[in-house]
Parts: sequence; structure tokens; C-alpha cells
Amino acid sequence: MSERKIRILLAKPGLDGHDRGAKVLARAFRDAGFEVIYTGCHQTPEQIVGAALQEDVDMVGLSCLSGAHTYLFPAVTKLLKEQEADDITVVGGGIIPDFDMQAMYDAGLKAIFTPGATLDSICDWIRENIKPRE
Amino acid sequence: MEQLGKKAMAGDMRAASRLIRNIEDNIPDTHKAIKHIFPHTGRAHVVGLTGAPGAGKSTITDELLMAIRKKNKTVGVLAVDPTSPFTGGALLGDRIRMLRHAEDPGVFIRSLATRGAMGGLSKAVGDGIHVLDVMGKDVIIVETVGVGQQEVDIINHAHTVIVVQVPGMGDDVQAIKAGLMEIADIFVINKADRDGSKKLYKEIKNMIGMGKWTSGWEPPVLMIESVMEPHSFAKSVAVLYEKIEEHYQHLVDKNILADRAHRKVVTELNDALKAAILDPVLKKLIEDGEMEGMVAKLKTKETDPYSLAEAVALKYMKDD
Repeated sequence: MSERKIRILLAKPGLDGHDRGAKVLARAFRDAGFEVIYTGCHQTPEQIVGAALQEDVDMVGLSCLSGAHTYLFPAVTKLLKEQEADDITVVGGGIIPDFDMQAMYDAGLKAIFTPGATLDSICDWIRENIKPRE
Repeated sequence: MEQLGKKAMAGDMRAASRLIRNIEDNIPDTHKAIKHIFPHTGRAHVVGLTGAPGAGKSTITDELLMAIRKKNKTVGVLAVDPTSPFTGGALLGDRIRMLRHAEDPGVFIRSLATRGAMGGLSKAVGDGIHVLDVMGKDVIIVETVGVGQQEVDIINHAHTVIVVQVPGMGDDVQAIKAGLMEIADIFVINKADRDGSKKLYKEIKNMIGMGKWTSGWEPPVLMIESVMEPHSFAKSVAVLYEKIEEHYQHLVDKNILADRAHRKVVTELNDALKAAILDPVLKKLIEDGEMEGMVAKLKTKETDPYSLAEAVALKYMKDD
């Protein structure tokens, strides 16, 4: 029987090696019934976009705790656009100061989750906002 | 949908990944694309890697990609990980070992969830191989889920099957049991720097010594040591790739490539028959609420599953 499943790529761009949060999320996404491709730490935006295209995902989740999000997150959305793949939703999470939020949304990210966001609230957001791409 | 097949054949990566998604999601009409590409399949060398969870399948695959690319061949990878029986979700983590190939256009890696399939693969593997094949990949590596003793569906799809073992898992009786230990064209003892690897080597060698290898190919047993020594690891995996090529050449020389293809087409035909005949019947039974009624009757022992199945078969199978 046909069923579109939500596919998510979860990645940590840049040199930040703190992946506990990303792993907790990967587990939560699994439990929410999504298929999550977890690619781990130390990736370039090019690697992330390459993997997203090969995996035909609906959403890319980026985690960054190092402060380099202002460079790395927009680099991912820009590359997706260049590949005509901006129908893939990009969301971010980590230590993102309030004064960077607008720049993140301007760069094309659809949501930012910061410390304190519950797993349920993130999964609910995905269920409401991510529809498997037709 | 045919368009998607045509684009995949022209090497369009995004079309190919979308087509594999449609196969996985069982989207109606996807078979139109497969019909289109099917006549052009059968060119690539399909290599299967199987073994227990954490045995090192993905790590070996990563190094194999290096060895294959060094020979200027292109590669596709289908890496399977389990679907949760409770939530239907999956954590696909094979790719994490293969990051260094993410920007190489000669390498296409795709993660698949089992979605209920029990043989170590996903239902989408058969057609997924076809898609990578018509994309022009020279070699296709299929990495199974971490398996136990008898998830051996990989033999229906791969020309060359590699069984990855690690030391410390059991005695010599394990080595002569049926199932997984029978299907290897090549054995790999990974993490061979650990205690017990020589014993395992002997056990597997003994088991091989008891067998008859009528095709003339006796499975070699290769030792691969820790990936923490990258240089020697790469060297051992390069030897593995030589053996893989040797095995393929053996299949060609002995004219037995067709035997492997036979298993694949029989499997595909069975799957297609099931999809064409059984699935629509099940769908109708569920939609009409008949399924629920039958289950209720079974719970109260009013009837038995065989009588119900016979009644359904009688209703849908018309002899003429």
C-alpha cells in the first residue's frame, strides 16, 4: 500500500563536535515515525546538500552549538537554492542568540529551535509544517 | 512517471533519488518507470555486504568506495537499516561512515529503511538496484541491515556476497550452521586484531573444507584489522576488492552469471505477482471492512483462518 513517509536529514555542519543534542533528536524523530538519516559531525555545507539530494529528504535539520551558524546555515540554504532544491525545508537548532534570529529566517530557514524547546514541540512542528514533497 | 525513468537513465541524480523514493513509498504507477528501464538493466556488478550489527559493514563499504573509485569506476550504494516495529520510524546511520564521498559525483549513496521486510533488505532494494544500474553505475554495493543467522535475501540480488564476521561470537558449531554461513562468496573477518580472530579463521576454514565447491570457487577468508590503523585497513580492503573482481570474473568465465540472474528474476516475478494479485485483494478486504469481520470471527472461534482464506480465494480467483 502506498504511503509517503517524512524523510529528514540531520547534520552538524562545521567544526562543532557536540552531537548529544542531534542524537537525542534523531532518536525522537525515529520514535515519531519519521525516517531520519543521521550524518554526524564535521560536515561541509556541500556534503550536507549532496546527501540531502541523494536521500530525497523533505527536511534538513542543522545543529550548531559553536556560534558559526551565521555562516554555515545560510551556506546550506544557498546551495540548495543553486541546485533548485529549495523545496526542501531547512530548520536549525542550537545556541542561536536572539539577535541572529532574523538573519536566519532571512536566509531561508523556516524554524529555529533553541535550548528549552521540547522534543514534542519540535515533532509537532514537523508534523504540521513538513509535508512529504510530491 | 516514465519521464522519471528516462531522466534516471540519462544519469539525472535527483530523478533517480526521487524514483527510489517512489519505489519505497509504493506510489501508484511507479512500475511504469520500472517497465521503461527494465530492458536496460543487468550491466552492473552487484556486491552484497552482510553481517552482524556493528561488524563493520559500513566502514568496509566506505573503504571499498575508495578502492573502486581508484580504478575509475562509478559506484552506487544502497544501505539498509531497520524500521521500528512500533512507530514505523527509522534511524538510518550507515551514511555517517561514508561522508568523505559526499561530494564525489561518481558515488551515489542511498539509505533505505526495511519497512517491515524480514530478510535483511528493504522491498525497494530490487528495483533500487535497477535504478542505479541504468544510471550507469559500474558497481552497486548493497549493505544489508545487521543480520543474525538467516536473513539471506541478499543472495537473490547480489552477484558477489561478502559475509563480514567478527571474533568472539560463538564456537565452531556456529560456523557449520545453515543460513548466513552458507551464502558467502567471500568471508571477511573484521577487527582481526582482536582476540579470537585466529580461532574464527580456523573455524571458517574448517567449515569451508567440509564443503563441495562445484562451481570451482572456494570462498576465500580475508582478515581485516582495525580501522584505527588506516593504512593497513585500506590495504586489506584493497585486497578484498581484488577478490571481489576475481569472483565476478569467475562468474563470467564459468558462465554462471546467469544462475545468479535467475534467482533475481524469480524473486522479482514473485514480488510482482504478489503486488498485482494479493495486494489489491487485501486492500479491498480492508476497505470493505471484511478484514475486520473475519478477525472478529476468528477471535470467537466461529471459524478458522483456512476456511476464510479459501472463501476469499474462491471469490477472487475465477477459472475460465
